[in-house]
Amino acid sequence: MTCQRIDTQGNQLTFASIPPNVGLKAALAMSRADIIDTVRDSKLKGRGGAGFPTGLKWNFAAAEKGEPKYIICNADEGEPGTFKDRVILTDYPDLVLEGMTIGARAIGAAYGLIYLRGEYAYLRSHLNHVIQARRDAGLLGQNIGGVDGFNFDVIVAMGAGAYICGEETALIESLEGFRGEPRNRPPFPVVNGLMGRPSVVNNVETLAWATCIFAKGADWFAAIGTDASTGQKLFSVSGDCAKPGVYEFPWGITVAELLAQVDGADAKAVQIGGASGRCVPRSEFSRQLAFEDIPTGGSIMVIGPQRDMLAVARNFLEFFVHESCGQCTPCRLGNAKLLEGVDLLAQGACSDEYLEDLKSLGQTMQVASKCGLGQTSPVAFLSILEYFGDEALGRTPTVQTSEASR
Amino acid sequence: MTQRIPLERHRAPVSQLGQTVPRAENPEAIGAMVSVVIDGIETKVPFGSTILQAAESVGVRIPTLCNHPDLDMAGVCRICVVEVEGQRTLQAACAYPITTGITVNTHTRAVRVARRHVLDLLLSEHYGDCYTCVRNGNCELQALAEEYGVDEFRFGHPTAPVTETDESSYSVMRDMNKCIRCRRCVRTCIDLQEVGVYEAIDRSNGTRISTFLDKPLLDVVCINCGQCINRCPTGALYAKDETDAVWKAIDDPAKHVVIQTAPAPRSAMGEAFGLEPGTPVTFEMNTALRRIGFNHVFDTNFTADLTIIEEGTELILRLYKALVEKDASVALPQFTSCSPGWVKYLEHFYPEYIPNLSSAKSPQQMFGALIKTYYAEKLGLDPANIVSVALMPCSAKKFECNRPEMHDSGFKDVDYGLTTRELAKMFKEAGVDVPSLPKSDFDDPFGTATGSGVIFGATGGVMESALRTVIELVTGLKVEDLYEHADIIPVRGFEGVRYAEITVPQVGPVPEILAALVPNWEWLKGATLKVAVAHGTANAKKVMDNIKVGGKFSECHFIEFMACPGGCLGGGGQPIPTTAEIRAARARAIYAEDKAYSVRKSYENPAVVRTYEEFLTDGPCGHKSHKLLHTDYTARGKHIS
Repeated sequence: MTCQRIDTQGNQLTFASIPPNVGLKAALAMSRADIIDTVRDSKLKGRGGAGFPTGLKWNFAAAEKGEPKYIICNADEGEPGTFKDRVILTDYPDLVLEGMTIGARAIGAAYGLIYLRGEYAYLRSHLNHVIQARRDAGLLGQNIGGVDGFNFDVIVAMGAGAYICGEETALIESLEGFRGEPRNRPPFPVVNGLMGRPSVVNNVETLAWATCIFAKGADWFAAIGTDASTGQKLFSVSGDCAKPGVYEFPWGITVAELLAQVDGADAKAVQIGGASGRCVPRSEFSRQLAFEDIPTGGSIMVIGPQRDMLAVARNFLEFFVHESCGQCTPCRLGNAKLLEGVDLLAQGACSDEYLEDLKSLGQTMQVASKCGLGQTSPVAFLSILEYFGDEALGRTPTVQTSEASR
Repeated sequence: MTQRIPLERHRAPVSQLGQTVPRAENPEAIGAMVSVVIDGIETKVPFGSTILQAAESVGVRIPTLCNHPDLDMAGVCRICVVEVEGQRTLQAACAYPITTGITVNTHTRAVRVARRHVLDLLLSEHYGDCYTCVRNGNCELQALAEEYGVDEFRFGHPTAPVTETDESSYSVMRDMNKCIRCRRCVRTCIDLQEVGVYEAIDRSNGTRISTFLDKPLLDVVCINCGQCINRCPTGALYAKDETDAVWKAIDDPAKHVVIQTAPAPRSAMGEAFGLEPGTPVTFEMNTALRRIGFNHVFDTNFTADLTIIEEGTELILRLYKALVEKDASVALPQFTSCSPGWVKYLEHFYPEYIPNLSSAKSPQQMFGALIKTYYAEKLGLDPANIVSVALMPCSAKKFECNRPEMHDSGFKDVDYGLTTRELAKMFKEAGVDVPSLPKSDFDDPFGTATGSGVIFGATGGVMESALRTVIELVTGLKVEDLYEHADIIPVRGFEGVRYAEITVPQVGPVPEILAALVPNWEWLKGATLKVAVAHGTANAKKVMDNIKVGGKFSECHFIEFMACPGGCLGGGGQPIPTTAEIRAARARAIYAEDKAYSVRKSYENPAVVRTYEEFLTDGPCGHKSHKLLHTDYTARGKHIS
């Protein structure tokens, strides 16, 4: 067990109340089709941020005939401001492994891999311990849970610290030993994933919730949250609030309600969904955190009234200029141009015409980049210009050269 | 179309071979046709076709940069983005497999804006002036900038180079300031050639193409094949230019400047003058070469024929030692040594097989050695004043003529290796329009060649030439009696690796030229000669790995290897672009030229016969020929200092 703990501010997480292996036992008593139907009925959506329906993903993979199949736990929690997976892996790793085992049963996977973020290397031995204990208990390995012919085992594979490796196809490339660079999609990993085989990539939290769904029932889960966003969600709250930490709220909570809980009510904006998310101004705090309104993988960064929004935009762009994999042109060069643009704005040296060029470039990046990184990296920049134009623009020029307008 | 490529093979980081082919498990999908609407045009395409292929089939042009027909898809440059109705984002046409009916729009506003942005961004880090660029007029980036009406550098343009050009290599120059990170070179080197010199390193806007530890190209395992040059869309990669040095020699009245021309450039030179690929200009080019000032124009086919005699004799000697004298130390199969890219590949990757490599020099180097000895003597010239130039389809020939051991004439045997592209440039500079010139023949004393030499330019050609000669020398029959028109079809074609068995039906008397070497042919009676042909080092690797584990190819007697896909006609010095269709057209030109020769077997070449009578008097593989026409090799390994 590790000593690096995240504050959950005294919140009791649902995960703490789930007895071990009840979910797995329930699932193993079902047919494979029923397992998938249960997940589908719960309307569980991926907790990594994209919100793809988990039941559908499992169903696609189950329908594929390629062998062997893989179930991959995406533990490359790299989105700035996200640290809830770390809590789960630290305190509830069995729920994740149980979820992987259930998923493996559902799709017919023989192998599981946990792709662990490079910075979480300290969790590796902890996870290996848990995996070994499960093997010893007959919960991994041959004929799991007494089910004849259900063989499944899990290993931990280490990431090396690249943000892009949280993107599922880049993660798979990395697992195969290549540069972590996204693949063209389609085909999707459920068809053509690790080693060209059908692979399901699920977030840590998704797998843990899957276990809960089998322990407490799909109806229990589906009754929480909103129609399109069922269940509870873990949020990683940081920034200008008194009580940062990991929180569990049902989907559908408004930004204002959340801020009240974390003592961040005087925020002027909240960055929702990490660096790749959007910057939500005070005027929109009544909006809901939900896939149908403001989707998020759980990162909530509270931005206090004292913050310079241009500096916020700069911070995120700097991150993307560092983390773009450098494969596709819009992302490789676009982020750097946007960052230069923010610097010009800060110096009061960006012409209106060039600002329009930059906004247009940001829009192109959103539609023309190869993967989610480049498609979302301009969002913070564009939303800050949209909502905080007064603050971001019209700075006093500090650089006099004519070059500066470019 | 149905089999996914196993992932055990080498793969460039971005290349996604096999990732879009239809699922083999889905039988109804195989061969099925899918409806697609492109810009309002309805059509049906095979399941799994890319949008790019579908668009081409209905005449809709979609621009590309990172895509190359010889390479695996990458989908990285994003210039080919199109709108697929129902999709939130634009899709790369080169990498999007059509598996269900879709509607595609290729020039919506969002598409046009995105393409222009991609160009603007690429130009924002593309340093260099088109005027001074080797690819001026033949650059895909330049062409797209024109096509998309780029009228300003919206996101800036570099005013100074960021890196120094790597000019360490004798063959391949790398100016990374012009690189657009399409990674065609990476995919060429890793996927197509399986050499693996280049790799993308670092990330984001710092991403660049690097060699191992950023070493200069001279110090890594580069085999100088130049395939990366042929597939670079810009002027970032180019062959070393030696035209200035050649002009200087031509302009020097004290120098006697001669040129030998290889068959492959003659099948491709026309492309540089706007002719269709596969239009030979051999004899027009002879006139052109004299017009620009070369004193004599020779045909490399002469030494190609000589190579056949020397290499064929070497093979016969090896077989005799192995089969009759039971000498277990004889290295078999014998490998050809005419392709300098292949030779360096073997030296790096399979140095333990150097004994298998024929010690015969390549035709270029044999010619070089003869020009500064036999030819100089014959014409009473001081070899010090002879400048010997070779027109080759090849960038590796530049390295080859600079190998330190290639001084057997007492001088640098070949002074300069020019590529087809360089000579085209010289012709243009001199205002010589090659296709419109009258035809003229090669100069004596090496003028007459055979068709056997010509087909050296295509994969399988060396093998076919060798077989024509060996069959006749051994059987006493005419090869035409065994193969129609003497076309030995089994070794022709573009299949990566080809294997053939030829049984010796009868034996004849030992011809005079070989009388000193073997007493009779009885030991070959009824024997089955096993031969193979491989082109492209990726295919060479397959054969070598098979030999290493004692597979089928280890039982071969003779194997032809060419470093470049298609053989010399696909060489790294040939006109750009290159595609399978262009290479096939060049091959047709070469085989047509072969057919036109009356003498089609090397040993019947009168100039070759005369050379053995007058100069190489102790015969094939004799003392003099060993000194001038044979060489040795360097076990380089993969160790990099």
